[in-house]
Amino acid sequence: MGTTVFVRYLPLLLLAILWEIAPRLHLVDPSELPPLSAVSKAWVGLLMDGDLWTNGVSSFVNWFFGLGGAILVGVPLGVMMARFQVVDDVASPVVKALYPMPKSALIPVMILWLGLGAGSKIASIGMSCLLPVILSAYNGSRGVDHTLVWSARSCGANERDVLWEVILPSALPEILAGIRNAVAISFIVLVASELLVGQRGLGYLISFLGEGGVYDAMFAVVITVSALGFFADRAYLYFMRRTLVWRE
Amino acid sequence: MMGSGIIFGQVSHTYRPPRGRPVLALDGVSLEVKEREFVALLGPSGCGKSTLLYLLGGFLPCEAGSISVGGQPVMGPGPDRGVVFQNFALFPWKTVRQNVLYGLEKQRMPKAERERRAQELIDLVHLSGFEDSYPSQLSGGMKQRVAIARTLAIDPKTLLMDEPFGALDAQTRTLMHEELLAIMRRTPKTVVFVTHDVREAVYLADRVAVMTARPGRVKEIVDTRPPDGARTEFIHTREYTEKVDYLWNLVRDEAIRAQEERD
Repeated sequence: MGTTVFVRYLPLLLLAILWEIAPRLHLVDPSELPPLSAVSKAWVGLLMDGDLWTNGVSSFVNWFFGLGGAILVGVPLGVMMARFQVVDDVASPVVKALYPMPKSALIPVMILWLGLGAGSKIASIGMSCLLPVILSAYNGSRGVDHTLVWSARSCGANERDVLWEVILPSALPEILAGIRNAVAISFIVLVASELLVGQRGLGYLISFLGEGGVYDAMFAVVITVSALGFFADRAYLYFMRRTLVWRE
Repeated sequence: MMGSGIIFGQVSHTYRPPRGRPVLALDGVSLEVKEREFVALLGPSGCGKSTLLYLLGGFLPCEAGSISVGGQPVMGPGPDRGVVFQNFALFPWKTVRQNVLYGLEKQRMPKAERERRAQELIDLVHLSGFEDSYPSQLSGGMKQRVAIARTLAIDPKTLLMDEPFGALDAQTRTLMHEELLAIMRRTPKTVVFVTHDVREAVYLADRVAVMTARPGRVKEIVDTRPPDGARTEFIHTREYTEKVDYLWNLVRDEAIRAQEERD
């Protein structure tokens, strides 16, 4: 087991070694790509003086409320669109029109409406994550096998029971897959919105350090954000598999 | 006490697809099923026999004609009419035990009692030891036994079966026939059984209603009760073979007509 893990992450290790050697041998300009050891040292520095922590917390708050809001609004809306024609008629054209829009195009609009603080960032993340969540809930609920609904009804289930006990669990695999897409989008929009404006967050820290020319620290934050995204996806995947054990 | 005799009176049904023109699926079907009688609806695919069953189940609205169970018009689905579908229709996220418990929970049976009842039914369909398995871990025959247990658990007076063994292999199907007959001996019910398998219809049913190709009408009703009432032996008698031949000829014409219409 130890060896397989080692083999699997070997390419990453090689990349790390290359990252260390290339700037030292001046194959690349060390001021543009500081060696990994310098980046690591800067990372420890950021951790010690608390910059990583305070900005991380404020990014986390934006991410949590943005994504959480998208899930809280998107799942019920998608299910309702699938179940009630009226809701579908009203919401579908809006959803379809917004679908091809680049998510980051929303950020300036949100800043205009909600200002430079956390509000506009939460709204940008929320709006961007909303569509994949709505669509997955919609498709998942539409695809429910009607014999399942009929079986429940003939067992004595009412409309409300059917919604909670048949439609939602049936749609759950698709909903969870949609949320996974939303998690990926949330990280992109989170960093993009903080890069653009603001005085807080990991995205802000990247642009602040970049503008100040502190590249080793800037790379340290970039790696941190990537690692957070990676582990968030892994943790989510684990949760998803646990929730859907019944599938295989 | 309310009975469970079923009366279809001049039932017609038009199927309206989202795109394309409406299709007359059933055209004035009249049929009476007596209490505790086992009636098979036999016909070629697309003859509307399943539609008739869904109307009886209350899953589709009855727009023309009347359907009553125990003298009461069918207004919607209800626990007095249990259903078994060809695709099993088990809740895939629930274990065997949870599936069987579902109807009992809906009927608000006290916890201890419903646990006992569920186990009883699981034992009845020979699935002891699989209580905590998910449907995805079971074979087709086992899945259908779970579905039957779930339906029987709430003790419906009427059982509606929509080609319940159609997705099973021949051996499993034969075993399931014997099991179904054994269960019906223990807890007799009114059964409406949809099938396109002539032998299955003759073997299981008291009467077989043969339906025409679309639009579905009742072409003929044939009595298939074994003379001495012994069903398991029936299959080896000449009467059985004769009934099968007779019914096959009736269905054959309709199957050919249905096929011509498709081509």
